[in-house]
Amino acid sequence: MIYLQLFWEFFKTGLFAVGGGMATLPFLQAIGESTGWYTYTDLMNMLAVSESTPGPIGINMATYVGFTAAGIPGAVVATIGEVTPSIIVILIVAAVLHSFRNNPYVDHAFYGLRPASTGLIGAACAAVVLEVLTSIQLVAQEGGILKTAALTLDAAAPLGGVLNLRGVALAAVLLVLTNWVPKVKGLHPIVFIGLSAVVGVVFGFAGV
Amino acid sequence: MEGESKFKSLWVLFWTFAKMGVMTFGGGMAMLPILQREVVDNKGWATEEELTDYYAIGQCTPGIIAVNTATFIGQKYGGVAGGIVATLGVVFPSVVIISILAGLISNFADLAWVKNAFAGIQVCVCVLIFNAVVKLLKKSVVDKRTAVIFFLVLAGGIFLKVSPVWFVVGAALAGILLKNLEVRKA
Repeated sequence: MIYLQLFWEFFKTGLFAVGGGMATLPFLQAIGESTGWYTYTDLMNMLAVSESTPGPIGINMATYVGFTAAGIPGAVVATIGEVTPSIIVILIVAAVLHSFRNNPYVDHAFYGLRPASTGLIGAACAAVVLEVLTSIQLVAQEGGILKTAALTLDAAAPLGGVLNLRGVALAAVLLVLTNWVPKVKGLHPIVFIGLSAVVGVVFGFAGV
Repeated sequence: MEGESKFKSLWVLFWTFAKMGVMTFGGGMAMLPILQREVVDNKGWATEEELTDYYAIGQCTPGIIAVNTATFIGQKYGGVAGGIVATLGVVFPSVVIISILAGLISNFADLAWVKNAFAGIQVCVCVLIFNAVVKLLKKSVVDKRTAVIFFLVLAGGIFLKVSPVWFVVGAALAGILLKNLEVRKA
């Protein structure tokens, strides 16, 4: 029964992949290898589509892999399988937190936790900014504790240099619009996303 | 929440999260600015501080961050049913959109306009996440000690290849330790 197998494989992925959508990739690769539902190349194509369509990448990947394996029911089953462990774990964590709400230790832990959470999001932001706006890549050393901070410069980068100039220009305009222009800065984020998509198409941001 | 009004609340929860699913381009981090607008500013279902807490926990518990955060917010608003409904809401658009694309347009990601539009969107997502971090900073960095924790984790997150779990656990212990020292001094 392929649906049961799909549910189980994605349940395991959702349970063991810690750290977000990208953390599920190695698990999805292993599923492809053990079941033969799709190849590594298929998976890379699915990743490209998942990144460029609406919805969190991790969900899009689960849906796509499930669809590839068993059509629309497969997409639904795989996605539900992947989110089930999250729902169970988070509901338990929420209940525990709720019952310790007035415990000073929990309060103090969150005092330290909040700036750390912001720091982690800031680090993710820095990685995305480097990837999108520059040709600088922080080379991750898989398996090692230390991530070598080696900066590799891609000589063949579009626009020749280290900076994605059109991207930087758009980012500067967006930064001003979203922070300092009265009336405009209060607009919904999706307005700026839509605007940027149009700018990307008009100015050929991907260079194709 | 009881009877019909409970059903209506869950329905609102579902659609709000479905809407946010459509507006998220990228991973869980890309959803943060949308959550700040919809959940904190518009609906008042969670505070900025709670959102920070959910992201901290969501990063070191199993699963996709967007789902973990959705379950948290839904649970706070509507209990266990709320947690489940919010998650179903956030995944709903993905299932529909990916099924349509996978079934009809096999080379979607190779289309020139898709690539160009997405390259533009990526730039925007960078700026939106940056703004979101600045907003969170105001609520989470409240004194010198929290500023030190922020910069240590920021640097660690960029240069060390270790699981976020260690930063979260370390920071929680640091919080308890620092607050205890404060009490003893007083």
